[in-house]
Amino acid sequence: MNFEFSDEQLIMKEEVRKLLDKENSVKRNRNILEGEESFDKDLWDSLVSMGLTAITIPEEFGGIGMGYLELCVVAEELGRAIAPVPFSSSVYLATTLILDHANKDLKESYLPRLASGEIIGTLAHTEKSTHPTPDSIETTYDGGSITGNKAVVPDGDIADFTIVSAKHDSGIGLYLVDLNSSGVSKETLETFDPSRSHSNISFDKAPAIEITKDGWGAIEKLMDQSAVLFAFEQIGGAEAAMTMAKDYAQGRFAFGRSIAQFQAIKHKIADMYIALQLAKSNCYFGAWALSNDAAELPTAAATARVSSTKAFYECSKENIQTHGGMGATWEFDCHLFYRRSRLLAANIGSQGIWKDKLITSLEKSNLPA
Amino acid sequence: MDFNDTPEEANFRKEVSDWLKENVKKIPEAEDTSENSSLARARAWMQIKHESGWACLHWPKEYGGRDATAMERVIYSQEESKYRLPNGFYEIGQGMAGPVMMMYATEEQKEKFLPPMANGKEIWCQLFSEPGAGSDLAGIKTKSELDGDTWTVNGQKVWTSGAHYSDYGILITRSDFSAPKHKGLTYFFLDMKSPGIEIRPIKQINGGANFNEVYFNDVKIPDSQRLGEVGEGWGVALTTLMNERLAVGDAGGVDFKEIFEFTKTQDFNGDVAVKNDAVREKLADWYCEYSGLKYTKMRRVSALSKGETPGPEASITKIVSANKMQDIANFGMDLIDSSSIVPDQSFGSALQAGLLGAPLLRIAGGTDEILRNIIAEQVLGMPQDIRPDKGVPFNEIPSGEKN
Repeated sequence: MNFEFSDEQLIMKEEVRKLLDKENSVKRNRNILEGEESFDKDLWDSLVSMGLTAITIPEEFGGIGMGYLELCVVAEELGRAIAPVPFSSSVYLATTLILDHANKDLKESYLPRLASGEIIGTLAHTEKSTHPTPDSIETTYDGGSITGNKAVVPDGDIADFTIVSAKHDSGIGLYLVDLNSSGVSKETLETFDPSRSHSNISFDKAPAIEITKDGWGAIEKLMDQSAVLFAFEQIGGAEAAMTMAKDYAQGRFAFGRSIAQFQAIKHKIADMYIALQLAKSNCYFGAWALSNDAAELPTAAATARVSSTKAFYECSKENIQTHGGMGATWEFDCHLFYRRSRLLAANIGSQGIWKDKLITSLEKSNLPA
Repeated sequence: MDFNDTPEEANFRKEVSDWLKENVKKIPEAEDTSENSSLARARAWMQIKHESGWACLHWPKEYGGRDATAMERVIYSQEESKYRLPNGFYEIGQGMAGPVMMMYATEEQKEKFLPPMANGKEIWCQLFSEPGAGSDLAGIKTKSELDGDTWTVNGQKVWTSGAHYSDYGILITRSDFSAPKHKGLTYFFLDMKSPGIEIRPIKQINGGANFNEVYFNDVKIPDSQRLGEVGEGWGVALTTLMNERLAVGDAGGVDFKEIFEFTKTQDFNGDVAVKNDAVREKLADWYCEYSGLKYTKMRRVSALSKGETPGPEASITKIVSANKMQDIANFGMDLIDSSSIVPDQSFGSALQAGLLGAPLLRIAGGTDEILRNIIAEQVLGMPQDIRPDKGVPFNEIPSGEKN
């Protein structure tokens, strides 16, 4: 038994962290948030040249053939740096679906370009203002094309292609659509966290390639897999927010002393630490379950997801509180983390959905509770 | 990252599990529900373990232990926890007094006192807290005076677990009232049958009386039973408390598994409770805490197995588990509705026990608040609060308890 990442994985994590520090990723987040660009192309290129988009792709498809453990440590650092790049959409979602479900031709066509960062992919699944269910999908696949409307697609206006969930004659399938093809129209959205771009996408008989007819099973599996990766981003962000709060408190003097001496502040930060440690430990188990494709993945993923969402919310909101009035100014970075915590909490389903998934998985399993 | 046993660990686990299977049945049946009866069973079990080399796993063999690794200790406790065993009387001796004796006692004393601690014949207690010194432990006032080579001790201790059945105790006293608070302390071990010791039980809110007040009236202790130098007792106490960190773990009592099983059968608003969304939401929160603690412990074991020392970060276990237990107990009683206040069903009674037991758990072994200070100061490196008593002679420090 060894519940730690390997030395090599930890070195890789450190390298990614250094790169994101050097590139000043948090400042870049602000630039995207305030500016017209939908993502930071330079930062994306740096991550690509480090090979990070190629981690889970086998060498035969132009990747570097590492595993999900490596991707987990990278995710934690991207979360810590609130990086304004389409990494989660392209790597956690699109790449994983193609790896797990596409045929050899599609893999040969798409994986090398995903690995090299030449193309960016995403997933268009949500349609309404609730979490999707098999009955709620109205987008339809018929005769080689897709028709319907998808809502708040992450990186929808950045991606070159998307995988779309759609009804076919006997269920829900997954289909690949080139976003530059005819019949696709995109509307970029103003969102709560403009450091990451989202779009509504309409498909009107857009040409589509089938990936799998059992799309719902594939989506459920993908939700579990990506929940672990999103959770690592969340604990990275949570730790950054906790550290910001602690550092600010130590340097802020009131009533003749550092406010970090006050128990009201210390206990607040200790509570952030507790939430973070519980989440991190659950993430570790999630990482193990993900990398081993273990039977425990549904439980492990939901546990990591629920506790990391909670930890990032706790840490990012109490970070603002610790900063006092300055924490609520546009100028300070606190709100960047607060916004990102809400975005990540929303991206692949709410707490209520994931808590229900967790208990459902425990009801199904005979694991020792 | 590998959550499975290595081949060596799997072998060890099998050895433990085979041994437990054969030996747990040798424990005599309880005669009744009294403390004496539990104590007799605990002694019998400790003796069985000791005879086969399974007592005090982390101690050196020469004193009755096994020289086991941190990982082996974890595996043993995982396997042992599959049974309901009469444990619980030996944590202070084997977990705290023993390691302190190993560091500070003479070789002769170690040979005399450690083996009976290991085999369960002798039970030890810890005489630390006082009416005016709980969280602020260094504020103790029990006085020790040296005359020739004998100390005389006067004062009062409180919250002493098991003083009434203990054979020996570890004791911290103040030998110099004019020195600053942390400087004038001296540490001993003593025979609990010494003349002048008076033990009075404290009845707790759950009806139990595991704790005691212990009065010292001219109790004599030979200087040879001093641990550490005169005036250096605070350092010895810190060593003891660091071991407490390892000994104090999860709150025993209702936890996720119990409440989860209960919600599968308990009716609530026309269906089994587990089908209710509000119930599921609470269950999910508790599971995340339960699981988070479980894997936090495993991360810590991995660190220990690489030779890192146990750090104060383990403080989160007690904060989280005691609060979780209180919350589960309260919520579970709520599910039973108005019948929850009547002790007529087994799980209802367990919930009541949890609700009445949790407040003390949140205080004993470091309050929630002190543990949060420890996390902030020792783990995260935040500064201490301003201390008006720092460097001031102890007898000039204002206190709520004027003598």
